Amino acid sequence: RGCGPRSAGGSASCAGCASGWRPSWRGGDTAEQEEDGERERDEAACGARQPSAAEPARGDAGDAEDEDGARGLRERLAAELARGDSGDADEEDEDDDEEEEEGSLGFPAELPPLPARSALSAAEILRYSRQLVLPELGVRGQLRLARSSVLVVGCGGLGCPLAQYLAAAGVGRLGLVDHDVVETSNLQRQVLHGEARRGRPKARSAAAALRRLNSAVQYVPYRGALRPRSALRLVRQYDIVADCSDNVPTRYLVSDACVLAGKPLVSGSALRLEGQLAVYNYRGGPCYRCLFPRPPPPDTVTNCADGGVLGAVTGIIGCLQALEVLKIASGMGSSLSGYMLMFDALEGRFRNIKLRPRKADCAVCGDSPSVTCLQDYEAFCGSCATDKCRALQLLPGADRVSVQQYKALLDARVPHVLLDVRPPVEAEICRLPHALHIPLRSLQDRDQESLQRLQNRIGEEKQRTDDQTPLPVYVVCKLGNDSQKAVKILQELPAEEFGSVVAKDIKGGLMAWATKIDSTFPQY
Amino acid sequence: MAAPVSLQVEFGGGAELLFDGVKKHQVTLPCQPEPWDIRNLLKWIKQNMLKERPELFLQGESVRPGILVLINEADWELMGELDYKLQDQDNVLFISTLHGG
Repeated sequence: RGCGPRSAGGSASCAGCASGWRPSWRGGDTAEQEEDGERERDEAACGARQPSAAEPARGDAGDAEDEDGARGLRERLAAELARGDSGDADEEDEDDDEEEEEGSLGFPAELPPLPARSALSAAEILRYSRQLVLPELGVRGQLRLARSSVLVVGCGGLGCPLAQYLAAAGVGRLGLVDHDVVETSNLQRQVLHGEARRGRPKARSAAAALRRLNSAVQYVPYRGALRPRSALRLVRQYDIVADCSDNVPTRYLVSDACVLAGKPLVSGSALRLEGQLAVYNYRGGPCYRCLFPRPPPPDTVTNCADGGVLGAVTGIIGCLQALEVLKIASGMGSSLSGYMLMFDALEGRFRNIKLRPRKADCAVCGDSPSVTCLQDYEAFCGSCATDKCRALQLLPGADRVSVQQYKALLDARVPHVLLDVRPPVEAEICRLPHALHIPLRSLQDRDQESLQRLQNRIGEEKQRTDDQTPLPVYVVCKLGNDSQKAVKILQELPAEEFGSVVAKDIKGGLMAWATKIDSTFPQY
Repeated sequence: MAAPVSLQVEFGGGAELLFDGVKKHQVTLPCQPEPWDIRNLLKWIKQNMLKERPELFLQGESVRPGILVLINEADWELMGELDYKLQDQDNVLFISTLHGG
């Protein structure tokens, strides 16, 4: 039997393979196995894709003889990993039990390799039929997916859609890393986590949702952050790594671990209405450090809480990441090595940017690397490995009041001006009714109209009090960072125009007000 | 004497927020004795477009870490970085890398 070249091939035109094989599974298991072995050889003879050096190493030759032992192992593993699959409520409870166990042990011990397989079951054929008929994937690609393991770093806005499509497509094993728990503000984009999962660890929540989608995939949730001491051991156990994280130190950590372990890295990121996608350390292409040898100054990094992000944007980038993972895992290969795909949602535009090649002087993947083991990435980047908002300390304690102190002087009707310096879009979400709103940006620009409004309000308040007493201006923002910057600006305003003004900021901002003073005040 | 050079200068990934939120700028660089290169363009941007907090965009004579420079949709590394001689109608894109997810 023979068939044409792959470019012209496919199940429809490759009549020999298709007709010779299709009836066989109807004949029963034994026939299936025999026939499958034959099909494997046929495909190799057809000149189907050969695994490249950069692809996960697999013993194709040993497929058939390992099959029986591997099946038993697979079943035992599946049973162990799929515990708590019987129902939602039970599942959650068992999840929590396992979690405690895991927490004390750190990450679980070495995972057994996924068994090599030479055949799909009838159920699998039905399930994956729509992708099996794609000549680019085919049975061979599906079998490769089933033998592939993918480590998903971050089960948030990118990790959820990525894991969802990988699970649905039938990858063999998904490692799910996340240190966080599900919060209400996650639900807008982290689409695997439902309302009922709030407060649960994301890694567990994602695994439970994915298990409902495709119970044949092995899910290995890791509740905890990826850390330099454990990252390499973890990454080595997987074929492909997807960086779905949300902070700079983790991005360097994941990239370095992938270089040291020799794994391809599919990296996505999103913020506001833009997204970026690249494949690093793949087939001789550059790594993350080749592009970014030095980390950005911490001040210049914006997180999703501050900058905002639309769920459809993380969804698009996460799906594109899943696509590249599937292409690599199935043997099609990624077309994005050495390129960065940039997405601008507002313009509805993609750009595919050609990147520099691997750098011979790269600190980790270069010819004489200086980074030969994982390091302290938080120190390297000068920031924490989370996307939580930072609490700045720009002012001395005397220039700051707590929300409780502010509440007390509000109750005592102490004359003052409350100045809200958040961006207009945030002031539209919620505000304290008596606050004067002037965005920090206008203060930084010394916008005359804004300063006039402030001066007028100070004048009005001063009329109610003894002119000799300096009038306090309390500055508030969302979390108490921008308010400190605003106080510094106010302190520098010319006294001849503004009179004696004492500016102080409210520590923790309106979010502290919401949690400590007025629980009906919205949190965002 | 080099002729004036017209460029499309673009900012993305949040870098546009340092330029009044405007992503696309049509820029005409005036005549000057030396040919325009990226090094000179950055100085020109600092003087003519970047009103404040230049440290969020520049570091030394280059861009700060975390900003990718793309000349006609290719990494500036491939084009000579600061020494690339600008041509009329070039597109220069400064894109801040994103880290969110």
